[in-house]
Amino acid sequence: MASIRNRATAQLALSPAVILLLVWMAVPLAMTLWYSFHDYQLLMPRGNAFLGFENYVYFLTDPAFLKSIGNTFVLVGSVLVITVAGGVGLALLLDQPIYGQGIVRVLIVSPFFVMPTVSALVWKNMFMNPVNGLFAWLAQVFGMEAVDWLAQVPLLSLTLIVAWGWLPFATLILLTSLQSLDTEQQEAAAMDGAGAVARFIHITLPHLARAITVVILIQTIFLLSLFAEIFVTTNGGPGTESTNLAYLVYSQALLRFDVGSASAGGVVAVILANILAVFLMRLVGRNLEV
Amino acid sequence: MASATHDRHKLAFTLLAWGLALLIFFPILWTLLTSFKTEADAVAIPPKLLGFDWTTENYAEVWQRTDYLRHFGNSVIISLGSSLIGLCAAIPAAWAMAFSPTRHTRFVLLWMLSTKMLPAVGVLVPIYLLFKRGGLLDTRTGLVLVLMLSNLPIMVWMLFTYFKEIPRDILEAARMDGATPGRELVHILAPMALPGIASTLLLNVILAWNESFWTLNLTAADTGPLTAFIAAFSAPEGLFYAKLSAASTLAIAPIVVLGWLSQRQLVRGLTFGAVK
Repeated sequence: MASIRNRATAQLALSPAVILLLVWMAVPLAMTLWYSFHDYQLLMPRGNAFLGFENYVYFLTDPAFLKSIGNTFVLVGSVLVITVAGGVGLALLLDQPIYGQGIVRVLIVSPFFVMPTVSALVWKNMFMNPVNGLFAWLAQVFGMEAVDWLAQVPLLSLTLIVAWGWLPFATLILLTSLQSLDTEQQEAAAMDGAGAVARFIHITLPHLARAITVVILIQTIFLLSLFAEIFVTTNGGPGTESTNLAYLVYSQALLRFDVGSASAGGVVAVILANILAVFLMRLVGRNLEV
Repeated sequence: MASATHDRHKLAFTLLAWGLALLIFFPILWTLLTSFKTEADAVAIPPKLLGFDWTTENYAEVWQRTDYLRHFGNSVIISLGSSLIGLCAAIPAAWAMAFSPTRHTRFVLLWMLSTKMLPAVGVLVPIYLLFKRGGLLDTRTGLVLVLMLSNLPIMVWMLFTYFKEIPRDILEAARMDGATPGRELVHILAPMALPGIASTLLLNVILAWNESFWTLNLTAADTGPLTAFIAAFSAPEGLFYAKLSAASTLAIAPIVVLGWLSQRQLVRGLTFGAVK
């Protein structure tokens, strides 16, 4: 009896969160799906005629779409490479006995807590500005020509800004994983004459594999919807040089007021993210003890 | 001999680590320093690292001339509000799944996680239109609602991993000793659950404070939190680095300090328990 009552209480306790998330997910998604098949212009209500796949055709054949998919992958990929490689290096370094470890750690994790609009504007103005930026001054000191970073190499600039913010995250997670590594195994391998590189490849790296996977997947989720950094620096430009999928959908909906094709873009973004989500769910699910 | 080599290694690693740490931290340091410069010193070439006339006038100006205080208030209301309301739904849910798991629990947890993976742009249009129709556009209530919902899965997951660690034997023992459910809650469960709840609150306040998709898309001038306030600085041209720096410093300082205190929880919360 008690257990039945317990179970009923548990279901009741669980239901608010489940209902909230169900509504939060199902209603807007259904609406996005519905809009994506209709002619819906915010400024010109034309009766919202059914269009079939026309919005999808429009969105998918828009040259900006292919460009934005490419930019999305370049941004996500290059930020991942920088943060994972840098994160492994920094984590290995921080795992060594050093003086003032606590302070070093605090300094390194700090960028993660800086809001995207602040970091993007600070980098844009104080570092990448072709006249007054520190990079321009450095270029001048070394006798090179100043680069207008965000105009000439917008994707590279955005990659730098975003990687700066996510490097601490990768470092912190990899360091946490590193600290759970069995030191006895390391010492035994060292006794047997295994060099530092061999130990890293055969012991440390396999141990880190799981944490690296987690870092890659979680960052991918956040990086796929990169928005604020683009919004305050390049506005997706010049042209569509730095437009990613998230920014394209935003500009289609709230700048061009074309709800229908923006929704088609939204659906495409959801599908892309879901493909990646499947991998993450498997990984997390395997570790889940209920 | 061995200890001398060891010391030399430690010194070398220390120098390398400090060098890299300062390099990574430099943009924040530079922002802090620039916030105390005059606008002329802020753009001086060669740059002035420390040898400039220190002034607090930028802070005074940001304080008086802009609506900094109101946006700061909005940030506090939105991040605390969404986190606290989220906890009200997340605590019972996580509690139920940790202590009375059923054969659906695993599915529910993974499903909740999957909602977090839904890209925000996928629902931007309907949320925007629903908010417009419902008068929630550009309101703090609307943002509290959206941020609460978007962070709810992380809250449930974090709390779940903490609650799982509370030994159930203790509850049974207390019950054997004749503790009433009320006493059980106050004397045994609450003290053991509080640290986990506090960590969850902390991490979610940080996430909500820095959230920059919904806060930029759903607000205009009045109700925007600091993320939107700072974004407005992307427009003006000319001499404004010092003021941008002062405003930026004011916007990030409280949350960076909170972040320092929550490094461990961050790992746990953002990896959904997969890395501890």
